[in-house]
Amino acid sequence: MRTASRRSFLIASSGLAALAAVPKSWGRELGEPVRPYGERSPFEKSQRFYRKSPIPETGASGTPLQDSYGVITPSALHFESHHSGVPQIDPAKHELLVHGAVEHPLILRLEDLQRFPSVSRIHFIECAGNTSGDLASTPRPNVQRSHGLVSCSEWTGVTLKTLLEEVGLKPRAKWILAEGADACRMARSIPLDKAIDDVIVAYGQNGEALRPEQGYPIRLVVPGWEGNVCIKWLQRLHVADQPSMTREEAAGYTDLMPDGKARMFTFVMEAKSVITRPSGEQTLHGPGFYEISGLAWSGRGRIERVEVSTDGADSWQAAESQEPRLTKAFTRFRLPWNWDGKPTTLQSRCVDETGYVQPTHDELLAVRGKNATDHYNGIKVWRVLADGKVTHV
Amino acid sequence: MSRFLLLSCLLLTTLIVLAQGGKHNLGRVPTPEELQARDISVFPTGAGLPPGEGSAKEGRNIYVARCASCHGERGEGRGANPPIAGGLGTLKSEAPRATVGSYWPYATTAWDYINRAMPYQEPGSLSADEVYSVTAYVLYLDGIVSEGEVLNAKSLPKIKMPNRDGFVPDPRPDTRTQTR
Repeated sequence: MRTASRRSFLIASSGLAALAAVPKSWGRELGEPVRPYGERSPFEKSQRFYRKSPIPETGASGTPLQDSYGVITPSALHFESHHSGVPQIDPAKHELLVHGAVEHPLILRLEDLQRFPSVSRIHFIECAGNTSGDLASTPRPNVQRSHGLVSCSEWTGVTLKTLLEEVGLKPRAKWILAEGADACRMARSIPLDKAIDDVIVAYGQNGEALRPEQGYPIRLVVPGWEGNVCIKWLQRLHVADQPSMTREEAAGYTDLMPDGKARMFTFVMEAKSVITRPSGEQTLHGPGFYEISGLAWSGRGRIERVEVSTDGADSWQAAESQEPRLTKAFTRFRLPWNWDGKPTTLQSRCVDETGYVQPTHDELLAVRGKNATDHYNGIKVWRVLADGKVTHV
Repeated sequence: MSRFLLLSCLLLTTLIVLAQGGKHNLGRVPTPEELQARDISVFPTGAGLPPGEGSAKEGRNIYVARCASCHGERGEGRGANPPIAGGLGTLKSEAPRATVGSYWPYATTAWDYINRAMPYQEPGSLSADEVYSVTAYVLYLDGIVSEGEVLNAKSLPKIKMPNRDGFVPDPRPDTRTQTR
């Protein structure tokens, strides 16, 4: 009797809230059955950002970094940048030709590549033009639009070194021209020492096949280097004694200096960090506790440490870096913070394992001028207003 | 210095291993026809350039029919489509205009890009003669070749582009590095 009455009370109280919305079911209606391929909750709306373009096949969409947790970018939200659209490729008909200064040229299909010894590694890929608006002092209003052309995935595939061992290099081999199967046959030259260091011919991303917009069925992952060299829809590797000087390496992706000279083969994406929460267009709901959280990465190796300033760069505090801090991968950093309700600025700076310190906007501008918009990695400052609104500076 | 030697030895060992080749016996050997059909690589030395030829004279009509709707009659660009000619002498200015003529270091780069990626809507649709002709016309717009100058696998790589010496190797890091 006692049990029954207690139970009646529990049902009555829990039913109160649900009564209006679900009158008949006691809030316990049966859910959806199992399904073959999962989707996120319909309440989750986070998505990539892009502008409408008159040349829609040539464009980029940015990752919503402000909504991301941890260090892995969901494959469906990995940034995109294409030069002639996303080809739909039947893997049964796709072949990779490896030729040039090699002993045994080969044609490999996906099923061949999947039989080679494999590796899985977590690496970021960043477009050379990521955050280019900040150098030119036209900063974007939120972190997705200022920093969204970088993402981080677990990539699975065969190392390029393994494939080069398979075909056997001739002594004159110095560079490798990689070519995609997209309409523009995107092509970039990679020096041999990088090719045999850590480059992956990847077919897997975050536990499943690559997404079409990430190069399905195979792409290059060139850890720490500008995204453009990570050739998607990879169909050809030409081992040569010289770089081909394709448009993207001889003209595009070069940085024009104030003296009129341009830097060529600026492959490495240098150490960079950004606070993703709180960040532009977000709002703090009154004074109190907030966790400052962000991402740091370096094309030269591991992130050594990240520091955060909440007082306009007067003082810097060590943020906690989430372990493991992997080489050429996102590192998540966090700092507990009590906001006193006064206007202030938030910014982060990172140091990588080589001792390289993320520079300020002004330091970069002084060295490179305002036309070197690619490879920009300056410190990002967010302004917190008295009403809690966060904006770019 | 010893670190440099160690790295050199490691690289040498790797290269010796790499030269041996073939231990998994996967894939197949391409036929000469497959190699011929798929290898479209072109290098600044001229290696890879196919037979064929053309001058700006023939290139003008092809350019007007296939290129001008995006890049403009004189290569000035249109809307979101970039200019491909003009801008010589602007690289040090406040508003540099980097075009094929003012910026690209090698004429072979123009040939390769037109062959790979142009026309934007129909890449790969130009014959080798047409690519030589259109390349000649684009260079002619900036006075780099004369109207009748015939470009082919021999003459194209010999063109000295105005900005050939305008590039420097990557000097980074060019900002602060802490000693650890």
